[in-house]
Amino acid sequence: MNLIIIFLSAAIINNYVLVQFLGICPFVGVSKKVGPALSMGMATTFVMTLSASVAWLINHYILSSKTGLGLEFLQIVAFILVIASLVQLVEMFIKKMSKPLYDALGIFLPLITTNCAIMGVALNLVTKEYGFIESVVFGTSAGIGFTIAIVLMAGIREELELADVPKYFKGAPITMIIAGCLALAFMGFAGMI
Amino acid sequence: MAKTKTSLLAEFTKGLWQENPVLSMLLGLCPTLAVTSSAINGLSMGLAVIFTLVMSSALISLTRNLIPKEVRIPVFIIIIATFVTITDRSMAAYVPDLHKALGAFIPLIVVNCIILGRQEAFASKNNVGRSIIDALGMGIGFTMTLTVLGSIREILGSGMLFGAQVMPDAFAPWLVMILPPGAFITLGLLIGTANWINAKKG
Repeated sequence: MNLIIIFLSAAIINNYVLVQFLGICPFVGVSKKVGPALSMGMATTFVMTLSASVAWLINHYILSSKTGLGLEFLQIVAFILVIASLVQLVEMFIKKMSKPLYDALGIFLPLITTNCAIMGVALNLVTKEYGFIESVVFGTSAGIGFTIAIVLMAGIREELELADVPKYFKGAPITMIIAGCLALAFMGFAGMI
Repeated sequence: MAKTKTSLLAEFTKGLWQENPVLSMLLGLCPTLAVTSSAINGLSMGLAVIFTLVMSSALISLTRNLIPKEVRIPVFIIIIATFVTITDRSMAAYVPDLHKALGAFIPLIVVNCIILGRQEAFASKNNVGRSIIDALGMGIGFTMTLTVLGSIREILGSGMLFGAQVMPDAFAPWLVMILPPGAFITLGLLIGTANWINAKKG
C-alpha cells in the first residue's frame, strides 16, 4: 500500500516536471515529436531507477551519519559523480549488449547527466528517509511521471505546428504557457491522497 | 588599451540582456521556475548562483592550463560541486529559513547548465579577470530575471513585494500565480516579451 502511494505521489500528484520543476531543459528541448520524447522518457526512467538504487546504497553505507561513516557534507559531490559515471557506464553497456536499444536511446543518454530530475531524485530519497525498495520504486515512478509529462507535451506541440501562434511567442514561450495549462490540469490530482 | 576596456565592458553587459542566460539562452530554467514564488527567494537564489559561478570561473580559469582536455568536464563538475557544497552549508548555518524555502534547489545548482556552460564556453579559454567579469555579468543577468519574475508573481499572487503590502485591500490575490502554473505562464510571457523587444530594437 505504501509503495502504491509512493508511485502515485511521484508519478502524478507531485509530477517532477509540472509540479516540482525538475527536468525542464529536456522537457522544452526534446518535446517537438512524440517518438523522440518517448525515447527520452524511457532513457530517463531507466537511469533514474539505477541512480536511485546506487544513490541509496552510497548514502546508506558510506555517507549517512547513522548507518555509514558520517560524511554527509560530501553528498553533492558524491551524487553528481555517481550519476555522471553511471550514465557513461549505461551507455557503454547498452552499446555492447543491444544495438536496437542503443539506436533508440543512444543520443539521449549523454543529455541525461545534466537532467536535474535525476539529481533531484537522489537528493529527495535521502530527505524522505526511504528504504531500499521504496527508493527504487520512487525512482521508477518519478521517471514515469517525467515520461507522461514530456509525451503529453510532444503530442500538443505536434498539433501546434498547425496553429497560428503570434510570431514572438513561437518556440519556448508558447511551450511554457502550454506547460502552465498542463500544470493547472495536474493540480486537479492534488486532493487524491 | 582603449579596445580592451570597451570589450571588458561588453563582456560584462552581454550577460545582462543580449545573452541573458534565462531569457535568450533558456539555461537554468528549473530554479528559475521553482524558487520565484516570491521576490526575496528569487533574489537569494540569484546571489547563491553568482557566488558559485564567480568562484568556479575564477578557479577554472586559473587552472585552465593544468587540466588535461580529455578530463576537463569531470574536473569542472567537481570544482563546481565543491563551491555548491560551500554555499549550501553556509546558507544552512547562517540563513536556515531561506535555506529551507529554497529546498533541494541549492544543491541542484550543481546541475545548473548556466555554470557548466560558462566554464566550457568562457572560463576555460580566457584569463582570470575576464572570466570573473563574464561570470558576474551572467550571474547578475540571471539574478535580475529571477527577481523580476519573483516580483511579478508575488505582487499578483499575494499582493505583496518583498513581504510588504503593495496592492490595495480590495485586490483579490490570484492564488494561481504563486502555484506552479503561474510560474510557467509568467515565464512564457516574459520570454515572449523579450523576443518582441529584441525584434523592435532591430
